[in-house]
Amino acid sequence: MEKRILIAGFGGQGVLLMGQLLSKAGMHEDMEVCWMPSYGPEMRGGEANCGVILADEPIGSPLVAEPDVAILMNRPSLDKFEPSITPGGVLLYNSSLIDVEPKRSDVKIYAVPCNDIAVKIGNARVANMVMLGAFNALTNLLPMDSLLDALRQTLGAGKERLIPINQQALTAGAESVA
Amino acid sequence: MAKLLMKGNEAIAEAAIRAGCRYFFGYPITPQNQIPEYMSKRMPQVGGTFLQAESEVSAINMVYGAAGAGARVMTSSSGPGISLKQEGISYLVGAQLPCVIVNIMRGGPGLGSIQPSQGDYYQATRGGGHGDYRIPVFAPSSVGEAVTLTQKAFDMADKYRSPVIVLGDGMIGQMMEPVDLPDSIEINNVDKPWAAVGWDGTRPRAIINSLYIDPSVLERHNIMLQEKFAQIESAEMDYGAELVDDADLVVVAYGTVARIARSAIRMARAEGIKAGMIRPITLWPFPSDPIAKAAETAKAFLTVEMSAGQMIDDVRLAVAGRKPVLFYGRTGGMVPAVRDVLHQIRIAAGAADPRNPLEEAI
Repeated sequence: MEKRILIAGFGGQGVLLMGQLLSKAGMHEDMEVCWMPSYGPEMRGGEANCGVILADEPIGSPLVAEPDVAILMNRPSLDKFEPSITPGGVLLYNSSLIDVEPKRSDVKIYAVPCNDIAVKIGNARVANMVMLGAFNALTNLLPMDSLLDALRQTLGAGKERLIPINQQALTAGAESVA
Repeated sequence: MAKLLMKGNEAIAEAAIRAGCRYFFGYPITPQNQIPEYMSKRMPQVGGTFLQAESEVSAINMVYGAAGAGARVMTSSSGPGISLKQEGISYLVGAQLPCVIVNIMRGGPGLGSIQPSQGDYYQATRGGGHGDYRIPVFAPSSVGEAVTLTQKAFDMADKYRSPVIVLGDGMIGQMMEPVDLPDSIEINNVDKPWAAVGWDGTRPRAIINSLYIDPSVLERHNIMLQEKFAQIESAEMDYGAELVDDADLVVVAYGTVARIARSAIRMARAEGIKAGMIRPITLWPFPSDPIAKAAETAKAFLTVEMSAGQMIDDVRLAVAGRKPVLFYGRTGGMVPAVRDVLHQIRIAAGAADPRNPLEEAI
């Protein structure tokens, strides 16, 4: 098994964090993992993306040029990365911010209204966790508990209070694609 | 032993601290900024010193001072900053001072780009500054290997009283992978009777110097240095060999590019192309012997680099004209795609028409 996942959006949406949580959870499940960010003279609102590879064999190239799964959080990301998805792959897009339909007919497409769901829960900033929940429900790559543990570890003791709303977001995201 | 998900840069910094490094001097430059950032937080916790100098030139001369006093010391930078450090590096070699220098390479020449590159191969493996010298160069291809090689670098620096370079590309610095960091490693603290730590009258004065006015004295110094380099060449070469024994085509690649090549080799094997890889772990000393040995059985070599072709010179020297040595490289911060390397493997193995245009990478 080797899943190459691309997560893209704008800076501030938490796309790098989504990738790190997947990687950490994968590591705790004893998978081979690799997280690779785009880096450059970027700023909040600018382009941000990262590639995550989860595998059960040592990982070769750390680049995710042709993802098996693309998680696209805004319109420019859809325009840029939709063509790169491996045929037969999966595309999840944030339909709250993307007002066009993806064009590919050879990949499975799921619209997740991440921001709308997040606002309904009570905090627009957990839109990324909504998407992560949807992703995980669809791919079944990781136990939800592992993702939550990874989040707990990343937030640290000082931000334990943020766990419940993030957990709610993960669950709501999973339910949205059920 | 705890498994942690760490960025290459952070892992290198933590590995240095666990190898006993207590002094870090540097100046910011992308894509290695997480090293000084991490050091600025960690050094005070372990009673060490982090200092952001006013320039790379200052930083390398602070390294000279700390190394001259016998401390385990490190600096890090990227291409342009490493160029600025070259005068100091040459002095460190001349004065025989141990230290570790990390270069997380970016696209060049000039200010170039901040994206990954391997364009500093010549600079690292040919000394880099003025004078007759070489410096051991480690080239990690994973975050885990960056940890072990950084720790080895400190030991080798002390053992040979020499600067040692850890040469990574921007990807090694930026990517996150799980690392097993030993809680504490055995620090091989060697006795440093030559260090200038204050004269107490019980031993000869320690003089840290690279200036020898008398040419005959300087020649003797050079002969001694060359003997040391020969000793390093015979004892410290390291490499990895994968699927080489039955290979018709041997790919030579280092660092992150070796991983891209590995993915391409797996695909080539699945197509029935007998490809293998020799991956230099030390770039100097270069693994010439295993490449020369492979030249007895392989039909061709393919060097893949993120440069216009630098390591290929060393591969050609090792192959010594016995077999064709082909090249594929990207420059400027562009990273070779697996499918393009596979295409080159097919061409080299005679399985594809070289006139076919390359698919655009990434």
